[in-house]
Amino acid sequence: MLKFLIERDTWQEVFDSFSKNKLRSVLTMVGVWWGILLLIGLLGSAKGLENSFTRLFGDFATNSVFIWGQSTAKPFKGFQKGRRVELSLSDAKKVEDNVAGVEFVVPRNQRTATLTRQLLSGSFNVAGDMPLLDKVQKKDLQHGRFINEGDMLKKRKVVVISEEIYKQLFEKDEKAIGAALTIEGVVFKVIGVFKEADVNMGPSSDVHIPFSTFQQLFSRGDKIGWIMITGQPEFDIKQIEADAKLMLKNLNTIHPEDKRAFGSFNLGDNFAKLTGFLKGMQFLTWFVGIATLIAGVFAIGNILLITVKERTKEIGVRRALGATPYEIKRQIVVEAVFLTVVAGGFGILSGGWILIALNHFFGQGDDAKIVNPSVSISVVFVALIILVVLGTLIGLIPAFRATRVKPIEALREE
Amino acid sequence: MGASINQIKNMLHITSLHKSYAIGDSSLHVLKGIDLSVETGEMVAIMGSSGSGKSTLLNIIGMLDEADSGTYILDGLPIDDLTEKKAAVYRNKFLGFIFQSFNLINYKSAIENVALPLYYQGLKRKKRLELARFHLGKVGLDAWAEHLPKELSGGQKQRVAIARALAANPKLLLADEPTGALDTKTSHDIMAFIQQLNDEGKTILMVTHEEDIANMCKRIVRLKDGVIIEDTPVDQVRASQYV
Repeated sequence: MLKFLIERDTWQEVFDSFSKNKLRSVLTMVGVWWGILLLIGLLGSAKGLENSFTRLFGDFATNSVFIWGQSTAKPFKGFQKGRRVELSLSDAKKVEDNVAGVEFVVPRNQRTATLTRQLLSGSFNVAGDMPLLDKVQKKDLQHGRFINEGDMLKKRKVVVISEEIYKQLFEKDEKAIGAALTIEGVVFKVIGVFKEADVNMGPSSDVHIPFSTFQQLFSRGDKIGWIMITGQPEFDIKQIEADAKLMLKNLNTIHPEDKRAFGSFNLGDNFAKLTGFLKGMQFLTWFVGIATLIAGVFAIGNILLITVKERTKEIGVRRALGATPYEIKRQIVVEAVFLTVVAGGFGILSGGWILIALNHFFGQGDDAKIVNPSVSISVVFVALIILVVLGTLIGLIPAFRATRVKPIEALREE
Repeated sequence: MGASINQIKNMLHITSLHKSYAIGDSSLHVLKGIDLSVETGEMVAIMGSSGSGKSTLLNIIGMLDEADSGTYILDGLPIDDLTEKKAAVYRNKFLGFIFQSFNLINYKSAIENVALPLYYQGLKRKKRLELARFHLGKVGLDAWAEHLPKELSGGQKQRVAIARALAANPKLLLADEPTGALDTKTSHDIMAFIQQLNDEGKTILMVTHEEDIANMCKRIVRLKDGVIIEDTPVDQVRASQYV
């Protein structure tokens, strides 16, 4: 069989029979070409969308939940309803130690404060943060660095600001690192400028100072505004959220059924919905692509069947000249596979061009909706194998049909 | 079965051959016990009106069809239990076909057509084309080697078909109304050529319904209603005298 496939004569026969039926061969191939083009184009676009989401969420621990205190909705153990709830550092510590599946618990304090620089001033949201924040919510630092352990220990008066703040308080191209900034009358040194995230992923802030400095400056003591909990990858973040809340209610003497006492934003849950949507889209793509592909291959089978019917006499002549049924079948199957593979190859190529075009028109810049739309080689490989298998199977039908007619009847046909 | 000296010398030996076709519920008995021997180098015309069974007989000899009963020995080789594959191999090795409607493959050039039986013999392309060119030369068409059948005249097409039948160097040449689609002059032309092949030693079996063509053979076998009614040697008329 291999020898047959590498022989020039085999292909001469294939090309002869195609050059005889150029238009028909091309029309036949359009079906498969279209199927593969759709498959590659859609899969690539889906991948591009996924990439753009990944880029947005990229440096963010997506398996995470934010929890903050609000006020109670139910009276409990002598407490009236409407009591203000505030989390404390010890709460955070207990959650980290006792809730299953927790990776990090990052406490944070937050308040509105006035920032002043020379003659400019404004009111901004200032957060007291742990160095750990940079691990779970990677800051895209343009200049300088984020808060570190040293800042924490020494309660340094240092600040990391967003580009937005920089634009408001600094001149264009002015050096920010090392510059002095006043927060509520206290002088801070700017150590970093970061770029804001593209999408809202829970509570965020434009001004970050060390957690310990915040504690001291605003006399927060043990109290914290909210905590961010990140879960280990194999744990369900919704379960972690429920466990953590129950524990916090217990620690703060709150009714277990109280739904208002703690507010939360479950990023993992939201992210899961999004990835679910992407998965669904990919499934749909495969489904549509393969269905179209099968339709295309059937079209090839159909055309070959007609061709074989038309070529009955020729096949009869060939058999009179000594072609065995096997040789006839082999030739027809090779023609079918060749048609599918060539059409599929063109489909893969044009699918690739479409992805290149998509990338060119929609994939440029930082806010691109489609990032690097592409399909993996393995997908292309799988598609090709599907093509060869389907081509063979579909070629067998006309092949058997061709040899079922006795040569004498085939010759008699006009 | 002890083969006699006679049978061994025979190119073709057929005894009590029967063939019937089912038509609906009834069956049509086409060949009702044919006995026929053809020696090497003979040129036999099989004649008969339509429905006499002459084409069926030729098809059975050509292994395109199978008899219901009887024996068929080709050059000492019993032809029985034919599978499609076995029949294909025998056709390729032993038989050359010439058809009334030429049956050339229309998208292949003359030389490719002639080379086709050699392709099924598994010969290398170069060898094939070499042999095909030789045979095309023999029928006087080497100048037309690269032409497609539609660019050839009827006589030329039949010559290509003859070259194709000869290409595999068959033991027996079977011709089904070889001049049926040709005008008188071209017919004589083709017959002159077939006679020449016979002169060179080829055994030829030909179905025809034209008396003058039959008279150009060396022996006429007449069939009627599935039996041989007459089997006579003839004084061969040379076609070359008309050319």
